Amino acid sequence: MRSKELARRNLLEVWRDPVALGLTIGLPVIMLIVLQGFGGVDAFFTATNLAPGIALFGFVMLMFSAAMTLSRDRESALFSRLLTTPLHSNDFATAYSLPYLGVAIVQAIALFAIGGLFGLEINGNVGLVVLILVIMAIQYIAFGMIMGSLFTYKQVPFAYMVILLLTIFGGAWMDLNAIGGVFQTVGDAFPFAHAIYAIRDVMVDGADFGAIAGDLTWVVGYTVVIAGLAVLSFRRRMLE
Amino acid sequence: MSYPPLSDPAIEISGLTRDFGDFRAVDGVDLSIDQGELFSLLGPNGAGKTTTINMLCCLLRPTSGTATIMGHDIQREPLAVKKVIDVSPQETAIAEHLNAWENLSLMAGLHGFGRQETKAKSEELVEMMALTERANERVKKYSGGMKRRLSIAMALVSNPQVLFLDEPTIGLDPQSRRGMWEHIAGLKGGTTIVLTTHYLEEADALADRVAVVDTGKVIALGTPDELKNRVSGGQVTVIESPDFTDEAFAALCQLYPSVRPVNGGVEIEGEDVSLYEVQDVLRPLGVVVQSTYRKQVTLDDVFLDLTGKEIRQ
Repeated sequence: MRSKELARRNLLEVWRDPVALGLTIGLPVIMLIVLQGFGGVDAFFTATNLAPGIALFGFVMLMFSAAMTLSRDRESALFSRLLTTPLHSNDFATAYSLPYLGVAIVQAIALFAIGGLFGLEINGNVGLVVLILVIMAIQYIAFGMIMGSLFTYKQVPFAYMVILLLTIFGGAWMDLNAIGGVFQTVGDAFPFAHAIYAIRDVMVDGADFGAIAGDLTWVVGYTVVIAGLAVLSFRRRMLE
Repeated sequence: MSYPPLSDPAIEISGLTRDFGDFRAVDGVDLSIDQGELFSLLGPNGAGKTTTINMLCCLLRPTSGTATIMGHDIQREPLAVKKVIDVSPQETAIAEHLNAWENLSLMAGLHGFGRQETKAKSEELVEMMALTERANERVKKYSGGMKRRLSIAMALVSNPQVLFLDEPTIGLDPQSRRGMWEHIAGLKGGTTIVLTTHYLEEADALADRVAVVDTGKVIALGTPDELKNRVSGGQVTVIESPDFTDEAFAALCQLYPSVRPVNGGVEIEGEDVSLYEVQDVLRPLGVVVQSTYRKQVTLDDVFLDLTGKEIRQ
């Protein structure tokens, strides 16, 4: 499988970049440790309540890293060289997404493991939490692929800000049910709030698959659409 | 790896044309390049050399015309073409966070090479490009020359049947350039090489045949010697004087058919230039000849003769 070599290179690009590694794995862990310290001020600030939102924040960082790598590569002579090798566009799509999924899994494990030291509990099925996180990781990586395919590396930070804000105000950092109104209506229209609801329901209330099916539908639906758009935008850019 | 019969050309280009909007970058190029030949596309910047290479490497679609590489059509069989070629682009094309071994392994892997084969070939190339001592370091710490050498090694690691070297020595110091020439010369015979360059001495030293390219067209084709012999039997007489005048230049033009002004004097093409005759014409006009000498025609003279302009512009 020729794409394996390129995937390995892309993984090393993240692994050997201390800034990328710090932002994607280090920052979420530090945020969890710092924010759970406010537990004495507000009961919401527990590792269990914070971990789902911080996990998505970590994925946003990963999305940024993926988008920047692809965007920078696309404008580089190395990418031209890669395009002269017998790689199919699907090989490129695989090689630019799979390594980030690997990093996302490491990121989530690190976050939840450290969270465990600060009282993080999963009352429901751990597999369900993993499933939602993996689906959301795929969705954010797909967002990164779209940005990297369509934008220059100078434009990528602006697109990243949009997704970051949608994630933050879409339920990752605040309880939309408590705010209500337009905030909740808009937040509920995006998948981020539904991912948070589903993970928290499993972690805090021990909800089963049936109980989170509605939120999961939003998450899966968005992921399928975004991943499809990512493949299309990538193939279109490759053909150009 | 299958090869077409040796009698078949490695590259057959027919009417290859590429437009960018209203600008025609490559204009109906026809070429046939033999297997094992080192063929040079020589021309100034913007002549259409890289655009031609990009079409042959399936990076750009031709506006019209086509080409085959080892019998595979660049438009209908791009994957088959990509399996038999490799390219060293004009810009250094390396993965900065990887070391030399990993960069070479990346390219070998993309061409489907096994681990043992890759290791043996990488060791050979690292030594050949004088990168052994720092091969384990990440290449972002390399000097420009080292990066360039690695970039070229990455094009060689897959043992391509056809190798495109796009301005391989651009940005190298004279010593490294000479070294690179030796490496390229060492590849001659086994691999078909298409070398684009605007360094005349590079094409002269390395190429079996040269296509002189200007404004997207091939304006001359032949061995370096054939091209040089087109210019008045390969002889040029240089007359140097600090006080050359337009009147003196006009007088020499009446005497010889091919006279051109150069910095600090004139050059007269042809084998039958008489220095006595030249002195007789110039002395009454007050032009004191400082020095005269005959030189062999270079490809620069060929380009000047063909286009009326120098190649290094």
